[in-house]
Amino acid sequence: MRIGVITFPGSLDDVDAARAVRLAGGEPVALWHADDDLSGVDAVVLPGGFSYGDYLRAGAIAARAPLMRSVVDRAHAGLPVLGICNGFQVLCEAGLLPGALTRNSHLHFRNRDQGLTVERADTAWTTSFTQGQQIVVPVKNGEGRYVAADADLDRLEGEGRVVVRYVSTTPGSGVGGNPNGSSRDIAGVTSADGRVVGLMPHPEHAVEALTGPSEDGLGFFTSVLTAVVAA
Amino acid sequence: MHRRSTGQCGGGRSSGAGTLVGVSQVVVDVVLKPEISDPQGQAVLGALGRLGHTGVRSVRQGKHFVLEVDGDPDVAELRQIAETLLANPVIEDVELHLPTD
Repeated sequence: MRIGVITFPGSLDDVDAARAVRLAGGEPVALWHADDDLSGVDAVVLPGGFSYGDYLRAGAIAARAPLMRSVVDRAHAGLPVLGICNGFQVLCEAGLLPGALTRNSHLHFRNRDQGLTVERADTAWTTSFTQGQQIVVPVKNGEGRYVAADADLDRLEGEGRVVVRYVSTTPGSGVGGNPNGSSRDIAGVTSADGRVVGLMPHPEHAVEALTGPSEDGLGFFTSVLTAVVAA
Repeated sequence: MHRRSTGQCGGGRSSGAGTLVGVSQVVVDVVLKPEISDPQGQAVLGALGRLGHTGVRSVRQGKHFVLEVDGDPDVAELRQIAETLLANPVIEDVELHLPTD
């Protein structure tokens, strides 16, 4: 199973994402933003970082990179795509996911372990979880506040497009609460067909006990192996 | 559609009149939609209050782009540039300011 990881100028977490793919049992394939060809991969991960220095808007210029035209075309045909943090911003800017990510409401960069509730355990990237499962993965962003018009948020909720939500504050747990002011505590959403998923928290940083707060993040990368086989 | 005269930004690469001959200056202003909260604008407003400028009721922060284009501006093309790249229509409003003659 070949999972592509795209590197843009300014990507930071491409190496960790590739490592998570490998630990999950997949074969990571390095992809370069300026290429046109997806090298026949079975799925694609857009990693975190600060592509193009977040110039213009976070993810805006990366969304217009040559390789993204191929990603958008293939995603419309069902290619599983996961956008993490800056990758989520890129997917929203590319029009593959609804809404937008804006400056955190408190204006601070927030870096901590974060509790999430998995609300959709049937997307290409979340079948390893159970619906309602609570997981802990790191979150680290300065422009992670998910926004959309109220009518669009109602529609997304009605269609069950919220994949993960920040858990409400649990006193003493240290991992709860909305870290950035996102509308309705939304941490991640999916496309209508459940093949494209974007989230601000970083599952690729929670794949082994030595370096992460949990191994919960691995589930995103094991899920897609099953999704590709099933497709 | 707002219009403004060219020649207001002299110096640099520009001729004495402000812009190069055969080059038009187009300005694009981008600001968050009213329903999207603007924490940066609110921070500026807070600073103004601390400086004693208590009469300022609201601040909205945006972006200001100055484009120099060859020949007469193609309004349709510039509108596309403004609405598909310079602004994100999900969260931002955009205004195109073309030069007068």
